[in-house]
Amino acid sequence: MILVIAEQRGGALNRASWEAIAAAQQLAGDLPVSVAVLGSGVDALAGELAAADVAEVIAVDDPLLSGYTPDAVAMAIEGLVAARTPGTVVLPHTYQTRDCAPLIAARLRRPLVTDVTAIKGTGASATFVRQMFQGKLTAEVAPIGDAPVFVTVQVGAFRADAVRRGSGAPVSRVSVAIDAGRIRQTTEAPFQEAAQAVDLGQADRIVAVGRGIKAQEHVALAASLATAMRAELAASRPICDNGWLPMDRQVGSSGQTVAPKLYVALGISGAIQHVVGMKAARTIVAINKDADAPIFEVADYGIVGDLFEIVPALIAALET
Amino acid sequence: MKIAVCIKQVPTREWQPRLTDDRTWIREQDASYEMNEPDAYALEEALRLREKHGGDVVVCAAGPARVQTVLREALARGADRAIHVEGEALGAADAAVVADALAAAMEGEGFDLVLTGLQSDDQGHGQTGVTLATRLGMPHSTIIMEVQVQDGRVRLKRELEGGWFQWVSMPLPALLTIQSGINQLRYATLKGIMAAKKKEIRRVAAPAAVPTQRIVALSVPEKAKQTQMIAGAPAEAAAELVRRLREEARAL
Repeated sequence: MILVIAEQRGGALNRASWEAIAAAQQLAGDLPVSVAVLGSGVDALAGELAAADVAEVIAVDDPLLSGYTPDAVAMAIEGLVAARTPGTVVLPHTYQTRDCAPLIAARLRRPLVTDVTAIKGTGASATFVRQMFQGKLTAEVAPIGDAPVFVTVQVGAFRADAVRRGSGAPVSRVSVAIDAGRIRQTTEAPFQEAAQAVDLGQADRIVAVGRGIKAQEHVALAASLATAMRAELAASRPICDNGWLPMDRQVGSSGQTVAPKLYVALGISGAIQHVVGMKAARTIVAINKDADAPIFEVADYGIVGDLFEIVPALIAALET
Repeated sequence: MKIAVCIKQVPTREWQPRLTDDRTWIREQDASYEMNEPDAYALEEALRLREKHGGDVVVCAAGPARVQTVLREALARGADRAIHVEGEALGAADAAVVADALAAAMEGEGFDLVLTGLQSDDQGHGQTGVTLATRLGMPHSTIIMEVQVQDGRVRLKRELEGGWFQWVSMPLPALLTIQSGINQLRYATLKGIMAAKKKEIRRVAAPAAVPTQRIVALSVPEKAKQTQMIAGAPAEAAAELVRRLREEARAL
């Protein structure tokens, strides 16, 4: 059996939960798939999940799961694993999963394969495809060890609309033992910093800079290109980490997700954390001195070369 | 406060991958190496916490002899001493094996706080920190953007997705994985480099490895799209790109 752990926050399912179900349906072959949702007051969410073509939806309802802590979630999933003995447990590779999945796998001493982009084969003999070396290489990985194997799937790698729908899966409630005394973390309510000043999601065109810009004073060159293209200026994470552009101009998994008509990546290598935030752009241009940079894998147009020569030439060409 | 920082040595960003003949690992002898960038932020945070609260910063790395280079660099930036878990195979090992190796060397040190980067720029499992916390019996929190230490506890600003954050508290000792950009990095001074030569690197043999996964094959990624590469001198390539963006893509 394949067990999917759906993720929810504040009574809404994370879209990546459906992607995890799609991955599990592919992985399962002839095996049944069950989906569990954890929280406090999750009946409505379990009802939503029952639309998928799965053998069972499991509601794990406990007041100790009302806000996320890794310790409580780990105890709940350990309880579920003991109750249902899945062969594989599939989770979406979210920040929450990154926080709790290694804890569960380490406590149970079971394999955990993270950030999976594709699955080869089915069931216990399946292997998993994931990126390594910042996307420079693709690895096919085989887990070693007893069931269950834990697998987290990269957000966007499987299609939520590919989930096979069924005729209403049965919903069951499983109660698990969560020892309040063993929850070591206490949490406060999630918050956002000052409202985002720039909504890159609305931009038609975006010019984004990465490490290749080399120094803060060169950011003005990218800004000139953005002006010439009537585009918004954005950046990859390291540029914002350095304080060269404000955090609200960051595109990627920890910043904004964008889908403009045109996305121009200047000196951005294309690490997955950036690519997940921009790969939905209609037309992608990559300018990079490294012909093997992963950004060219998602680009429609590419120029290999020195951006300090090419960007001024582009500005000149746009003026003609 | 006694703070440990776990540091990984990874291939540089400029490194072009070359594979072993069986295509299950990289040719390590051809790679040039540097400190894993997220771990550099963890080290910087540890140094700042020491400046504020006093104590020691101990840097720990698992890998072949070459990883002493990054330990020396961390000592030059200001760490007090180092632990090197030695093992030729640790450079290619999975996260569970690395965590077991680090845990064996760190047990008994009585660290109050253990910091790691949130993931490595090589295999990128994103598991070593949390697995190490489990082995050491410590609570953990991940992707941390601010650390406050008070009365035997830590209060942490944890990054969530899409610009959201959350404060999380837990008792010490604890393990935190640090997000890049939490602070501004310092670099080693000449004085620091000189001082580092006299600092201790304790060498520890790696325990027997219990792998949890195996790389079946490595390959250069397939292109998701047919990329049109535009060659030529900068002025020509730029003019051609603008023409195609206007006429083919209708994006300008």
